[in-house]
Parts: sequence; C-alpha cells; structure tokens
Amino acid sequence: MKNTRRDFMKFAGLSLGLGTLYAVAPGLHSSAFGEEFARHTKNMNGEAVKPFTFLQLSDSHVGFNGPPDPLGTAAFERAVNVVNVMQQKPDFVLFTGDLTHDSEDKDVHAKRMQRFKEIASGIKTPKMFHVPGEHDAGLDQGVLFRENFGETHYSFDHKGVHFIGLDNVSRSKPELGAEQLAWLKNDLARFPKTAPIVVFTHRPLFDLRPDWEWFTSDGDEAMNLLAPYEHVTVLYGHIHRDDEHTEGHVKHYAARSLIFAFPDPQTTGEKKSIPFDKDHPFQNLGLRQVSVPKNVDDLAVSDVELTLREYSGVNGIQQLSKAVMK
Amino acid sequence: MKVRFAIALAVLLFVSVRIHVQAAEQDKVIPIVAKRFAFTPDHVVLKKGEPVILRLSSEDVTHGFFVRPLKVDELIEPGKTVDVKVTPEQTGTFNVICHHFCGAGHGNMKMSITVE
Repeated sequence: MKNTRRDFMKFAGLSLGLGTLYAVAPGLHSSAFGEEFARHTKNMNGEAVKPFTFLQLSDSHVGFNGPPDPLGTAAFERAVNVVNVMQQKPDFVLFTGDLTHDSEDKDVHAKRMQRFKEIASGIKTPKMFHVPGEHDAGLDQGVLFRENFGETHYSFDHKGVHFIGLDNVSRSKPELGAEQLAWLKNDLARFPKTAPIVVFTHRPLFDLRPDWEWFTSDGDEAMNLLAPYEHVTVLYGHIHRDDEHTEGHVKHYAARSLIFAFPDPQTTGEKKSIPFDKDHPFQNLGLRQVSVPKNVDDLAVSDVELTLREYSGVNGIQQLSKAVMK
Repeated sequence: MKVRFAIALAVLLFVSVRIHVQAAEQDKVIPIVAKRFAFTPDHVVLKKGEPVILRLSSEDVTHGFFVRPLKVDELIEPGKTVDVKVTPEQTGTFNVICHHFCGAGHGNMKMSITVE
C-alpha cells in the first residue's frame, strides 16, 4: 500500500488569499483501488476514510494597520465571501495562527481577537479549529488564545483521518518543548503506521530559513515521532507565502497570508515584505489550487491570482469556484 | 613523601587555574545590548579561530539571540548579563535574530556578524 498515498489523499487546494482547500480522497470509492484502500484503512484504523474537504486559512493579523498593506481585514473578509460560494462545502476550517496582530495593551489585543471571531463566524462551516501564532500568543504565553479557543495543542479525528494541532509559538523560543513532544508521542501511540495523519501548526517544523525565524528548533523531534507513519501531511502558516517541501515521505505545505506577502527566501537575502500594489491589492494573496490527477503520484500545484479573474463580483466568484472544482 | 606530593599537586593546580584565568582574561569582550527592536551594535566583525566573549544584555524586556552558524541560541533577560564564548569556525556574514517574541517589531530585530 505504500505507493497509494497520492490516491488515498488527493488534494484539491485553494488558497483564498490565505487559504487552502484540501479535498481528501475525492472519488475514493469510485474505483476498485479506492474500495480496496478504504477496506484496508478501515481494518487497520478502525474507521474508513470518507471523502471530504476542509480549508486552511492563515495569518489574518487582525488589527494590523500596515505598511505595507493598508487594507486591514479586507483580504480576510474577501476570503470568507469566497469560501461561502464554493460549490463543495468544507467540513471544517483550520486556522494556522496569527489570527490577530499583537498589542502591548491587553484590552486592545482582546478586541482584535473578538474582531477575528466576528469575521470568522461569517464562514459557513460546521466547525473551526485554531492553533496560535506568535502574534497571538508570544507576549502572554497563550493566555488570551486559551480564553477564546481552548488548549493550544490537541487532536481530533474526522472521517478516518487523524488531525493534530501543535503549538510552536507559546514558549520562550520557537519550539514545541519536551512536554508537548511527550504528549505527541502518547497521542500517536494508538494509531497503526498506516493511519492518515494531518498535522497543523504555525511555524514550519523543518529548517526553512532559520535566520528569518522560519523554523522550529525541536521540529525534527516531532518529525522523528511521525516518521514511522506512512501518510503524514503537515500544514503551516507563518511565512506568508505558499510553499511545498518534502522530507522523507512527508509533505509540508504553507498557506498564503491574508494580510501581506513575503518574498521567496531562496532568491532574497533580506526578509522584507513585498510592497503593496494599490492597483492589485490582493496580489500574492491569491488562491492556490492543488490537485492530483487520477493515477498520478505527484500533486499538481497551480496558483491563480484573485486579481486575474475575468469577472468580478458574483460572476467572478463562480468562475473561481469552477476553476477550483476542475 | 605524602606532604611533598600534596604540595606539588597544589602548585600544579594553582598554575593550571592561573593559566585558565589568564586565557579567559585575554578573550576579547564585545558588549551587545538588546532593546526593542534592535541590537547595538548592529554589526560585529570577528576573526576565524579567535575566541571572543559576546556579552549580551537587555535594556527592556526578554529578547533572544540566535545565530545558527555560530551555534548561539540564548535568551537575554533584563537585569542579567549573558556571556557567550564563541570561536568562529567558518568565514562569512551571518544574520543574528531575536527569536523570543518581544512585540510588534520583533520580526525585524536583527544584526549581523562577519567572520573574516
């Protein structure tokens, strides 16, 4: 079953200025292979995988007032509208941190968190899950986040897939810490090696660019714990750009931000946000489409700028939805 | 005989301690002060193979001092001084970042170290 990962977990991705739509196993039961895989996972994991979709939104930074982006929550609100007209409704939404921009004033930060919740509540989805970013939890070690969303790390199961939210922002350094790693080891213990697992967190769990603070110092320890599992995907935010990275058999995907973008770290020496373009306000906050053609072992990734849509308004959104569902 | 051995051992220990202290005293000390959202100085030049002491302090809140190529990963708490002995093994210019979230400008709090 080793070469079945792509067929099992097909991703149709949509980055909504900061979001990514993942379709898990669409059409899984439509082939003999799919039926065989479903039977296998049911026998091994106790629950068969059923097709579903979910969204990842990240780095909305509610309360940020630029520069470079003077539009505040405009991209976040636009993303909510786009999500709500999708033909394929997500089962839930994952927010991978930096929901808010920090403030020294605790009352101001609390109001920003409330504003985030107001905007997010406009998404027509049954469930939402959150992990904090350093702008949410760095100054108070996650106190405000816990008051609003509960624990900063946790796990849940959904239709045969195990989801794990990790917190790599609440401690003094960019790390998970020994206690959380011990929790992760215990959490994984009940699953067979064939279990499909999705990890979502804020910072990358590998050394993407340590001198830009794009790393988790003990991320390798988490990945070592996950290494025996054959179907692991990591979703994260923080870097304000889409990125795909493979280590071993694990794929790591970053979602775009909903506020401003960073340049490619491979071609840029200095960490400096991409300048705002008033003529293309959502540039680099566009959508990302990730799909796996049938019987193809690699994800096909394409990016579509929201600003390049042929139509605006409702027609444009419908056009966008059709593009995603192709 | 035992007394002579004890005296010799004491002399040897004294000499070795003196040598160690003298070596430590000879290390160049470079003070670096962290304050939202900058390090002062913002650039330091070191010599490959030459040990130095980076004397780190903070004037306001807790900051981080992280530079992977030099294997330095420290927290700087206000009111305390952290001495980090570094012997650079590779040449180049390396970014140092604050990796303890310290506020809105945290992401741009950095300096550089050049090793010649």
